[in-house]
Amino acid sequence: MSAPIVVPSIHYLTILSVIILFGASLFLVFLTALLRTKVTQVWATAVTCGASLAVLVVTFFQWRCIDKAGASTTVAHAIVLDGFSVVATGVIAISLLMASLVAHDWAVREGVRGAEYQILALAASAGAVLMAQANDLIVIFLGLEIMSLGLYVLVAFDRHRKTSAEAALKYFLLGGFASAIFIYGAALVYGATGTTNLTTISYFLASNVLLHPGLLYAGGALLIVGFAFKVAAVPFHMWSPDVYEGAPTPVTGFMASIVKVGAFAAFVRVVISALGTQMETWRPILWVLIVLTTVVGASLALIQRNAKRILAYSSINHAGFILLGVWAGTVRGVAGTLFYVMTYAPTVVATFAVVTLVGGMGDENHSIDAYRGLARRQPWLGASMAVLLLSQLGAPLTTGFYAKYSVLAAAIDVGGSPLALIALLSAAIAAFFYLRWAMALYSDEPVDAVRVAVPRATGVVIGLGVAMTLVFGVWPGPIATLAQHATLLFNP
Amino acid sequence: MHSSLWLTALLVVPLLGASGAALGRSKQGLAYAIAVTSASVEMAIGVVIFFLYNSHVAGAQTFDFATRHVLSAPFGLAYDVALDGISLFMVELTAIVVLLALLGGRDKRREPAFVSWLLVLTSLTMGSFIAHDLLEFFIFFELTLVPCYFIIAGWGGKEKNKAALKFFIYTFSASAFLLIGILYLGFSHQHQTGGVLTFAYGVLASTSMTHSTAIWLFVAFAIAFAAKAPIWPLHTWSPLTYAEAPTAGSIELSALLAKLGSYGLLRFAVGLFPLAFADVRPVLLTLAVIGILYGSMLACVAKDLKRFVAYSSLAQMGFITLGVMSGSKIATVGAVLLMFNHGVITIGFFLIIGFIENRRGSYQVADLQGLQGPAPVLAGVFTVVMLASIGLPGLSGFVSEYLILIGTFAVHAWWAVVGAFGVVAAAVYLLWAYQRVFQGRAVGANASIPDASTKERWVLVPIVVLIVALGVFPRPVLDRITPSVQQLIQHVAPSGVTK
Repeated sequence: MSAPIVVPSIHYLTILSVIILFGASLFLVFLTALLRTKVTQVWATAVTCGASLAVLVVTFFQWRCIDKAGASTTVAHAIVLDGFSVVATGVIAISLLMASLVAHDWAVREGVRGAEYQILALAASAGAVLMAQANDLIVIFLGLEIMSLGLYVLVAFDRHRKTSAEAALKYFLLGGFASAIFIYGAALVYGATGTTNLTTISYFLASNVLLHPGLLYAGGALLIVGFAFKVAAVPFHMWSPDVYEGAPTPVTGFMASIVKVGAFAAFVRVVISALGTQMETWRPILWVLIVLTTVVGASLALIQRNAKRILAYSSINHAGFILLGVWAGTVRGVAGTLFYVMTYAPTVVATFAVVTLVGGMGDENHSIDAYRGLARRQPWLGASMAVLLLSQLGAPLTTGFYAKYSVLAAAIDVGGSPLALIALLSAAIAAFFYLRWAMALYSDEPVDAVRVAVPRATGVVIGLGVAMTLVFGVWPGPIATLAQHATLLFNP
Repeated sequence: MHSSLWLTALLVVPLLGASGAALGRSKQGLAYAIAVTSASVEMAIGVVIFFLYNSHVAGAQTFDFATRHVLSAPFGLAYDVALDGISLFMVELTAIVVLLALLGGRDKRREPAFVSWLLVLTSLTMGSFIAHDLLEFFIFFELTLVPCYFIIAGWGGKEKNKAALKFFIYTFSASAFLLIGILYLGFSHQHQTGGVLTFAYGVLASTSMTHSTAIWLFVAFAIAFAAKAPIWPLHTWSPLTYAEAPTAGSIELSALLAKLGSYGLLRFAVGLFPLAFADVRPVLLTLAVIGILYGSMLACVAKDLKRFVAYSSLAQMGFITLGVMSGSKIATVGAVLLMFNHGVITIGFFLIIGFIENRRGSYQVADLQGLQGPAPVLAGVFTVVMLASIGLPGLSGFVSEYLILIGTFAVHAWWAVVGAFGVVAAAVYLLWAYQRVFQGRAVGANASIPDASTKERWVLVPIVVLIVALGVFPRPVLDRITPSVQQLIQHVAPSGVTK
């Protein structure tokens, strides 16, 4: 006698984004398998773009649905439809769209054939969206694995370079390690609370006093470590510079954006929504993590000469800033985190688009010296890069300023002024290498460099990234409001 | 109450000029003409505002031209501008500086970009002075770094990259304290009232806080402003930066942006934290006096003229800080006046140094001698500027230094006594510099330098006129400054109103 399997009710609009992304990925797989000739780059890219645009349309309807009926859960409360997940999904879709266009031009330049890049990118994005929507530790793990597996292969995508394979192996081993830590943490939390559902965990912790909280503390700490690995927070950042450097540059840009969005969305949900009643326990851990991440990230970037490694350390520094919002653990903190990833993702994709172009044939030319005088030879490209760097630096009138502002404000709101000050001073350290880079762009020493070819699609992506940076930098109102209204389903 | 559109125009005109100059880069000299035109329009608006300004608008606490529009409620971001007697003269100074810097510090290398950055900088500086909201002020204040950075790095001397980087990182780090302080203040206010997040100056002034919080916040604000001013010991970026910047850049930095520091100190640190004022006063007064003496000593031994002005500026900024921190009405009026006067005097110094550099290719004291023979006009104007800086009665510097010293003497006699040595020291280093550069026998390249051209003379005229006019007849200026300062002092140090 076996109990009948009850299929939980499914609200399809909620999971439509994942279905579209995954469906598009599978569609390309079948197309590749069934067609005699190889699927051309143009078609593969078109499918990806179509899918991400479709996801953007879906998020619009999801947002309206939330407006009318409020946030809800589905599939046995494992998937959630709330403002936070919808906005995060939208950001992932935009990043995917921009990154796929960059990758398209890259593939054409490098003579890469076939649809594999787009297939894997779609699958990884589906995983990231799943992470943003997950309301269950197991589902988060599922999303994490889907996203990571896609990325492991993407990192190894450049078969001509040994470093690419090396980076992939490093990423795979350490990523697998991090996943193991995460799932162990999930198991311990299950042991302590009897559930893996985030909302239920929160209710349990709010209504029960744990006599032996050790299990929960260990579990929570391991979950944090798992996330810290994924977002490359110091001291769990060792993999990131090597992987950023080894991976094909468009993949690095893609990875830098969607991993941050997906992982931080899940991070916020676990720490604030599920374990939020114990915020005082986690704050000291996060405090140390933030100080290390911001300061070490900024300082280690100073000695780098490779553009991709500099950006790797800079993204570590950014991760520290985003953690400030998690540390705050308030509605403002959630909004700040979301605002940060919303603005950071397009900026970083566009930055890596420029790096891809300057890298040139073979994706090798990544010394900072390659940028010498770029703005003199190609004013538009150089100025775009300068704006993107200034935005990452946090100069006012770019979104980077308001991103930093929003998380700093969240931290100061709950009494974190010293922490905010340390983080902001690390931004001053970071300013050093951003400016050195910008200075190289405007250097007037004559160098015999060739013009960097700017293909149309990549040009559009760079223009889009710069436009978003400047427009919302002058007028942050719309996305600030969006981030503020995109609340979590549950906020203790 | 006058329309706030006047102030908005001050922001917009230079920006229009900058975009015009950037667009007109194809035709030789067009960008420069556009830039000079917009700077002249800016100056004209400045003059109109000077005469329109009314310090007795009911309930506005000597502020005029005020408006407030909230731009983003979640961020507490607003466009909020107003002008009082203190910021009025900073606005005038900004307009004068950009016009004279453009006319006298013309740099023909990549000119469209150069004048565009200069105009953008003008707009941002204007914004900082008319901002009536702390967050808005911070944004303008921080943004001024970007054009400065590009001006120094793009058109500077041999060590321009080092200078630009040092300048940016130094001020950027210091202003981190300011941002955290502003946010802390904003949130304390929000928690107290339970209302919306706002950074409006007038509203935040009423935030109640404990004594120690006030001191912490004052210190955080003071660090940012001291680095900008610069006040000893946070001045170490300035000699290199002033020396390496192009002439127009040095003028902007020392004549204008330095005043952002002292203005911010007076308006935001002193104005918002009266509780802390009495406690931090001795410390800052001491730093000011050290700055006066230290700057004077280094000015005596400076090996090049730009460093010489940098160190003498440090001394002058010490006087300004002395006045700002004195808590006496008279001394504070003197400090505001000195901000303006020192700005004008510094333009004069740097313009003449720039002219000399153009002729001789050097501004090292060792390379120059006996210039008054071949260039009597340059030497004459230098003398006027120098005497104003020393504080000769009848010239502008005298009025302001005199007010600062007697005001400070009434409340903090000892600091004023020690600070007064700075006046003597100024005479020493200035006259000595004059002797070394202009007197003696001109030989070699020094003997054949041409005197000021007609155009250069016209650029120097307004400086001489302002120096003499403000020395002889400072009434119109003092009448505009005094009500605003009185308002501030009443709020901060009521006992100092009569002193």
